[in-house]
Amino acid sequence: MTALGKVLRTTAFKLTLVYLTIFALFAVFLLGYFAFNTRRLFNEQITQTVNLDVEELTSQFNAAGIRRLVLIVEARARRPGSSLYLVTTPTGEGLAGNVGSLPQGVMNTPGWTETVYRRLDESDTSDLHHALVRVQHLPGGFRLLVGRDLDERDRLYDVVLDAGKWSAAIVVILGLAGGFFVARRVLRRVDAMTDTTRTIMGGDLSERLPVAGTGDELDRLAENLNAMLERIEALMHGLKEVSDNIAHDLKTPLTRLRNRAEEALRTQQSEAGYREALETIIEESDGLIRTFNALLMIARAESGQARENMSEFDAADVARGIGELYEPLAEEKGLSLDVEAPGPVSVTGNRELVSQALANLVDNAIKYAPETSGNGEVSGIMIKAAAEGDRILLSVADNGPGIAEVDRGRAVERFVRLEKSRSVPGSGLGLSLAAAVARLHGGELRLEDNEPGLRAVVVLPRGGPQGAG
Amino acid sequence: MRLLIIEDDRDAADYIVRAFREVGHVADHAADGEEGLAMALDGDYDVLIVDRMLPKRDGLSVIGALREKGVETPVLILSALGQVDDRVKGLRAGGDDYLPKPYSFSELLARVEVLARRRGGRNEDTVYRVGDLELDRLSHQVKRGSEEIVLQPREFRLLEYLMKHAGQVVTRTMLLENVWDYHFDPQTNVIDVHISRLRSKIDKGFAQPLLHTVRGAGYMIRDGARPSS
Repeated sequence: MTALGKVLRTTAFKLTLVYLTIFALFAVFLLGYFAFNTRRLFNEQITQTVNLDVEELTSQFNAAGIRRLVLIVEARARRPGSSLYLVTTPTGEGLAGNVGSLPQGVMNTPGWTETVYRRLDESDTSDLHHALVRVQHLPGGFRLLVGRDLDERDRLYDVVLDAGKWSAAIVVILGLAGGFFVARRVLRRVDAMTDTTRTIMGGDLSERLPVAGTGDELDRLAENLNAMLERIEALMHGLKEVSDNIAHDLKTPLTRLRNRAEEALRTQQSEAGYREALETIIEESDGLIRTFNALLMIARAESGQARENMSEFDAADVARGIGELYEPLAEEKGLSLDVEAPGPVSVTGNRELVSQALANLVDNAIKYAPETSGNGEVSGIMIKAAAEGDRILLSVADNGPGIAEVDRGRAVERFVRLEKSRSVPGSGLGLSLAAAVARLHGGELRLEDNEPGLRAVVVLPRGGPQGAG
Repeated sequence: MRLLIIEDDRDAADYIVRAFREVGHVADHAADGEEGLAMALDGDYDVLIVDRMLPKRDGLSVIGALREKGVETPVLILSALGQVDDRVKGLRAGGDDYLPKPYSFSELLARVEVLARRRGGRNEDTVYRVGDLELDRLSHQVKRGSEEIVLQPREFRLLEYLMKHAGQVVTRTMLLENVWDYHFDPQTNVIDVHISRLRSKIDKGFAQPLLHTVRGAGYMIRDGARPSS
């Protein structure tokens, strides 16, 4: 496609054409209307003055006879201007006036006529003029003609027509040029965007669309697409990290599983030995199944499928329930576990998922909490449920090692188990599951410093994901 | 106990059938939905085990057709879809229990036995007794011999569920689902700690323990004086 063809095919140019046509039609209509009205006004004016003249002359004739009429007409015909007068005998001989010649028969029919004429002082070869005249038959067979020359009207008409033609031409030329210019400008920016998109499709996700900085609709589009790219890049990065971590966290137990089975097959063992090997194998596979389930769960939460099963429930009740479930486990590890969830804290969401998220956070807190701190003080875990404005906060705080600020973002990602924690059993999915559940509800998971320890806060909008917008 | 397993995966079905026969049950197998429905209508089974995704007719529709014809045989749904909403869908369609794949045979066996027993309409008594342990469901009193035992509300419900299924294996997941109403995996075995607390209240100081751990499966409450089934 040629560059010109490309410009002509742009939406901007097509729109320009449409607007141009509409505007041109409108201009033509306006000028036409103007011309028509001017003409009408002119005619009205003529009719009025001519009627007055005729009335006056007729009454003069009636009062003082033909001689008087001829005198007045003579006087008026001499005045400069566009007024026309003619008085004739019944046979058509001119008695007075400034009209030289008329087409045949004009004087025979009384009333209004548009006619051509020559003035008395003009030669027979000069151009004919245009006039609007009224013929009145007077008693005694005399005829009176009063009229106005129309040249002035026609000239004005021509001026309007000319103005119309020229302005139409200018509008079309300017419109086409403007449309072409706008189309080319838009096209250039769209082309730049298209080029960038090609690079991105080629695999370079770090590329961003150009933003002109004018804040117009193309800029807004580019900004939104850039935000989308940002998200895609983050997801791609997450995916890569996940596959790397899957390689580690799933392959390791799979290798252990395989080794155990191989070892049991290779070495001669007692029945009890085989049994033990098989039991460890089952244990390992259960761990794997657990990891897979957690992964599926996260994928589900992230895809938003679980949004169908949302209803209103009491988050304080969930906090108490999970607290009660884990309290014996904490006690066994020598930790105190308290729940601070006074009144009902109602929220719209998936109760089961929120419970699971909280359970994961408590599970983590128990795993990472130090066994009673050195000075004999019992270290504790605190679960809280509280409302804050239009959001609710479900938090789990511990006095464990905490997570350094730099690591907090990563800790939420799937499978990330910070180096320090590699020795603790677990799928490494607890925090990411809690984060996914929070996101599903239109909220977030915050990791804060509990000085010392970690405070994980699930922030949910009260009204569910819709309420968050 | 007579069982019908409707499952299209030949290997999985063979494995379950064999395992059920080994523990002394009668197990039949149907490989698709239509065959399964016909067999379930003909035979007198105690429990049906139905896979959700089946050729010819899917599991939920088989259950729907059975319930429509007035067949009230308990159904356990097996499914690769293990999420909460799938579970809810399955139970709504007329299933009585739901077990996500992959499952352990001991879990399946425990659940099937509980379902079969329920069919008998027993265990609606107001007082449960196992040996000299007595639980009154109305007054919420628990006694062992003449000694009154004070339990927390949750401990009471835990014991109530165990005693309702006295002599049967109850798995950790079954406890989590029925006593706590949670349908997720709590990563750590929190249930074990609750059980050991309960055990210290009802068994500690008594010569005859009643609450037993069944290795690789779960727990069972039973009067140790009688041999297990």
